[in-house]
Amino acid sequence: MISYDFDYHKPTAIQEALELFQALKKQGKKPVYFSGGTEIITLGRVNELVTDAVIDIKAIPECNTYKQDNRLILGAALTLTNVLDLQSFPFLEKAVAEIADNTARNKITLGGNICANIIYREAVLPLLLTDSRILLASLDGLTEKPISELFHQELQLKDGELLVQVMTDLEAIQLPFYIVKKRRQWGVGYPLITVAALRKQNKVHVAISGLCSFPFRNKQMEDSLNNEQLSIDERIEAALKHIPATVLDDVHGSDAYRIFVLKNTLRDILRVLGGAENDG
Amino acid sequence: MDENAITLSINGRDTTCFVRNAATLLYILREKLGLTGAKPGCLNGDCGACTIDVDGEPMKSCLMLAVEGEGKKITTIEGMKQTTIQSQFIEKFAFQCGYCTPGFIMNCHALIQKHPDATDDMIKNWMESNICRCTGYKEIEDAVKTALRQANQNTDG
Repeated sequence: MISYDFDYHKPTAIQEALELFQALKKQGKKPVYFSGGTEIITLGRVNELVTDAVIDIKAIPECNTYKQDNRLILGAALTLTNVLDLQSFPFLEKAVAEIADNTARNKITLGGNICANIIYREAVLPLLLTDSRILLASLDGLTEKPISELFHQELQLKDGELLVQVMTDLEAIQLPFYIVKKRRQWGVGYPLITVAALRKQNKVHVAISGLCSFPFRNKQMEDSLNNEQLSIDERIEAALKHIPATVLDDVHGSDAYRIFVLKNTLRDILRVLGGAENDG
Repeated sequence: MDENAITLSINGRDTTCFVRNAATLLYILREKLGLTGAKPGCLNGDCGACTIDVDGEPMKSCLMLAVEGEGKKITTIEGMKQTTIQSQFIEKFAFQCGYCTPGFIMNCHALIQKHPDATDDMIKNWMESNICRCTGYKEIEDAVKTALRQANQNTDG
């Protein structure tokens, strides 16, 4: 049971949601956008997230969009089950199919996972690697930007800004990919690490979750992995020097074990997606 | 604490009740409406004991606010009457302490309704949403597979 009270609003238009947010702020409240709401409810129950107003975005048509022409457009309020059922983006589907469990995926949304507090946020990995773009709404209007420009440890949203949609070029969706979620044990639960990779223009691109306290894609790491002057093991050792933050050391695994698993996974990626054929 | 009136369609009946916006559907079902079939377990979306059916999809009622339920068709274990999956849970003795059983039955029922041709992988994927601490998984698997076979026979016949 959540011990505190909050206002609940369910706007049916983007503008209404944005104006509500500002109006609630003017009343001295701390509103949050609510999509699937799973994290707000579970963290709220233990007082790790406290709000006095939620704005449910599920009735906003643009947030429920699914369109496909020369690019795929997915609304932020689509559930992970919706994303899986659409069968339009295999790389993203493989990532979200491993998030939580089947029933929970009926509630967790794409936008919710991208903007979550949870450190894993695996839906971000394919979006970073396919150079997807995101549509944001603010009182200044709608803005479309590459996700790589705005995702630094977390999605850098301005106060009151709303994530509306995610857009991905169909060409990028068709590129060869690899994604694996390594757990300490069992087939369900939090990962030790999740590593995603995409092959584009003969280069392997990599994004990682669960290694540090945020998902990331790092250009220096990718440059090292694609350096054909080095052997595979040397490339991997060089790539590890560019891990952008402290490696996690927790109940799911020690930092040393995570690095061990990462090395083996990177070796698998180079073997599966290419790059290992020139092993010097 | 402020409460607002909402109307929920539960087990085929519209019910109006006063709820806090922050109240989960699980809490309202149990504490306001007396529908205690959905069980509180982890209250964190992990165990599946509180699973109900919302518009044909299994849903963990601890992960849903009661206010989100307005306009949706909600079915709890109390709304299930002599379904095949219930019979099969008895037939295969797919329970021990029984605490997880309503959640499992609601999840299995949604699976059978949505995917009568479910593969073994799909069954496993769906059942991973629920935990049985008595570890009666084999019997539960037998129950759901038999219920699926019966559903298909009925469709074919």
